[in-house]
Amino acid sequence: MPEPTRIAPPAGPTDPPPPAELPPPVFLTALQRGLPGTIEKLSYWVGDWTAILPAARLIEVATHLRDAPGALFNFCSDVTASDWPPRAKRFDVIYCLYSTTLRHRVRLKVQAGDGEAVPTVTGVWPSANWLEREVFDLFGIPFEGHPDLRRILMPDDWQGHPQRKDYPLEGPGELLIEDPVDWLRVRHAREIE
Amino acid sequence: MVETYLVPLLKIAVLLNAVLVAVTYMVLLERKVIAWVQVRLGPMRVGPYGVLQPIADALKLMLKEDITPARADRFVFTLAPIVSMVPALIAFAVIPFDDEVTLFGYKLSLVVADVNVGLLYVVATTSISVYGIILAGYASNSKFPLLAGLRASAQLISYEVAVTMMLVSIVVTAGTLSMVGIVKAQLDAHLWFVFIQPVAFVILFIGGLAETNRAPFDLPEAEQELTGGFHTEYSGMRFALFFLAEYANMIVVSAVATTLFFGGWLRPFPNVAPLAFLDLVPGWIWFLMKTFVFLYIFIWIRATLPRYRYDQLMRLGWKVLIPLAIANLVVSGILKVLL
Amino acid sequence: MFDTNELVINMGPQHPSTHGVLRVVLRLDGERVIEAKVVIGYLHRGIEKLCEHRDWGQIVLITDRMDYVAAASNNLGYCETVEKLMSLEVPPRAQYIRTILAELQRIASHCLWLGTHAMDIGAMTVFLYAFRERELILDLFEEYCGARLTYNAMRIGGLPLDIPPRWDAKVRAFCDILDTKVDEYEELLTHNRIWLERTRGVGVIGAAEAIAIGLSGPALRGSAVPRDIRKDEPYAAYADFAFDVPIGDAGDTYDRYLVRIEEFRQSTRIIRQALDGLPEGPILGKVPRLIKPPAGETYHAIESPKGELGYFIVSDGKSNVPYRFRVRPPSFCNLQALPRLVKGHLVADVVALIGSIDIVLGEVDR
Repeated sequence: MPEPTRIAPPAGPTDPPPPAELPPPVFLTALQRGLPGTIEKLSYWVGDWTAILPAARLIEVATHLRDAPGALFNFCSDVTASDWPPRAKRFDVIYCLYSTTLRHRVRLKVQAGDGEAVPTVTGVWPSANWLEREVFDLFGIPFEGHPDLRRILMPDDWQGHPQRKDYPLEGPGELLIEDPVDWLRVRHAREIE
Repeated sequence: MVETYLVPLLKIAVLLNAVLVAVTYMVLLERKVIAWVQVRLGPMRVGPYGVLQPIADALKLMLKEDITPARADRFVFTLAPIVSMVPALIAFAVIPFDDEVTLFGYKLSLVVADVNVGLLYVVATTSISVYGIILAGYASNSKFPLLAGLRASAQLISYEVAVTMMLVSIVVTAGTLSMVGIVKAQLDAHLWFVFIQPVAFVILFIGGLAETNRAPFDLPEAEQELTGGFHTEYSGMRFALFFLAEYANMIVVSAVATTLFFGGWLRPFPNVAPLAFLDLVPGWIWFLMKTFVFLYIFIWIRATLPRYRYDQLMRLGWKVLIPLAIANLVVSGILKVLL
Repeated sequence: MFDTNELVINMGPQHPSTHGVLRVVLRLDGERVIEAKVVIGYLHRGIEKLCEHRDWGQIVLITDRMDYVAAASNNLGYCETVEKLMSLEVPPRAQYIRTILAELQRIASHCLWLGTHAMDIGAMTVFLYAFRERELILDLFEEYCGARLTYNAMRIGGLPLDIPPRWDAKVRAFCDILDTKVDEYEELLTHNRIWLERTRGVGVIGAAEAIAIGLSGPALRGSAVPRDIRKDEPYAAYADFAFDVPIGDAGDTYDRYLVRIEEFRQSTRIIRQALDGLPEGPILGKVPRLIKPPAGETYHAIESPKGELGYFIVSDGKSNVPYRFRVRPPSFCNLQALPRLVKGHLVADVVALIGSIDIVLGEVDR
């Protein structure tokens, strides 16, 4: 089994800026003009554009991107998160968007600290409902305004958020029961409740 | 003395045994036919080509543990499969297998009771078997069998109306309620009644499928639904009795269809003299062959068609078949008077 | 307090229908569904976290096990994402063979869908006929890479194996067989009155709502949305082939059924073109021995048989395992639409709709 050969834990995503000779796509410049001060940073890597923005402006930007005639991002492909523990705001919440009419993609990135809430985009794209629930379940990032924020993949009474970097791959030790007799005892005790 | 008591007892004994064996082997027939349609072989291991499979199934079911749900009504729970099975069996009493047969110098007719209201008797007995389903659903003391049982009985009662009205059209055409009389009427008319009353035949067939809970009307017992239907809580021999009752009903419906529409024991073209060599084949063999064709069609339909949803099933029964049956009855009556 | 006329029924994780461990809690008023709550997570295996501890080549094996019905598509999506991160060039012969494998996989997945969907509605024979064709495909795959279900058939940069001799003739023969068999399935179902009554008007969803709720793949195309990643953002060798993307009209179960049936035919069309134009050359590009994509992240999506299968992979440039491995599962996002589709329908339609959306629990739960 290969041990992750990390020399030092990475401080954060690279988010390389776009090369100087490559202009950003029209809808991003339109967004910067229409909602000035929202985009903190633009990034470009292997053909994908990413816009990094503060959590407070997320809903404005999302609505603009969904409705603006040059953008028309009506399909929310994915909502996911990345955990960068050395950073103060350890989580990156990533929104992958697609436009079925104009056929282009963009990613939005929002940074959130441990316990900080991110506003929900279910009002803009209802498909984000379960996707945000999964991020909440596996990372512990609460989404403000989400209609049904509860765990989706893990059992309802699970403690901890498995996808965080400080969560062990083998699972929490105290639930690792070796002897089947002990396991039956725990299950029996749980059923009596 | 011999005639009044011994002969009917003998007929009953032979018929009951034959029917029970036939019903058991219907299970094998169904499994084999459906398997062949589905590019498979069906039971092959028990006996050559799986021929002893029904015996193995019967043994297994008899030896299984008999579970009764904790707070179920024991008496009704035990009664329900009996109420399902018995009417299916006694309906055979009026089915004419042949007319006049000479056996060891005795002339007897291969019908247990040639009652002159035979058709009414058949309708009456098949109606009683609905009680078995309701009682099973009620006695199981469980939500799902109760709902499924009520659903199934609603389905059966709805289709009962259409089928009964269709049977009255036959009575109008034949002029008699006696089963033997109807076959004789076909002999006189020189035509099987299916050609005179095609609509009635279609209604009987569809109604028969619904009455016996067969596909495409088998929603009450489909596994893809939430539970196993009214027989969820049954196991062992009681469960077997429900299924045997279903197959017995199927045979009754096939036999009734043969008698009413396809000439019963008559050979094809009974009035055409040059075909008299066909009389080598006794009448009851013709009867059994025709019944077998119907059973085969029942199984064929089950393998082929998807299932109706409950509301579509009820709509078909009430909004399509019953008006059609009434219309058919009226038209038959008018034509009978005019012609 | 709830109304005493309502009944809460659990279609438990153990199902008579063959869809895997899905739990649907239905609130019924008589026969009508008022509300459906979907509970998932019974097959959650922590694949995303596991892949953070496996190196880039080993992850191909793990991706097989997500959508286990269409394993080659998962492999393809993953390999293409890593190739995009590394800006690797895949040789054209490998691209063509990958396309052939992906399309064969699409046919196999749709065979399973057709069989189980038809069986749920009651036509049990179609199940066996469809599986008969799926067996032929599994035999083809077994000849190619040795496995019937979890293929591990692709590598980053190309393919590990070239096609065996006379395999292309077998694939061609299979395509001919399949075209006649699809006509057989259509004869049994498409104009069957009972089938029409069970599927027409069941689970209607309009185009805008379907896009908003996150549907993709044939479920979205059934609602008249012309979205197919093979055409919109071509990957592998799809840009070289001429094929149509079937679109439905009304967005009901019947249209989704018709879309998938037509996809059978289009897939054989693509396979034939690929076999005709198969170029010579190497099957593995210039790949370093130790795969370490430069630091960065990307999202890449392919059109799996179920919908948009996307991979979001973050590499930190230094370790031999990914930093973050995320799969955007089409079945997960499509399943979200189930409560909306099922509302107002009868209990018997719930099973038909689960089949119509076509989910695989391995992908939903990962």
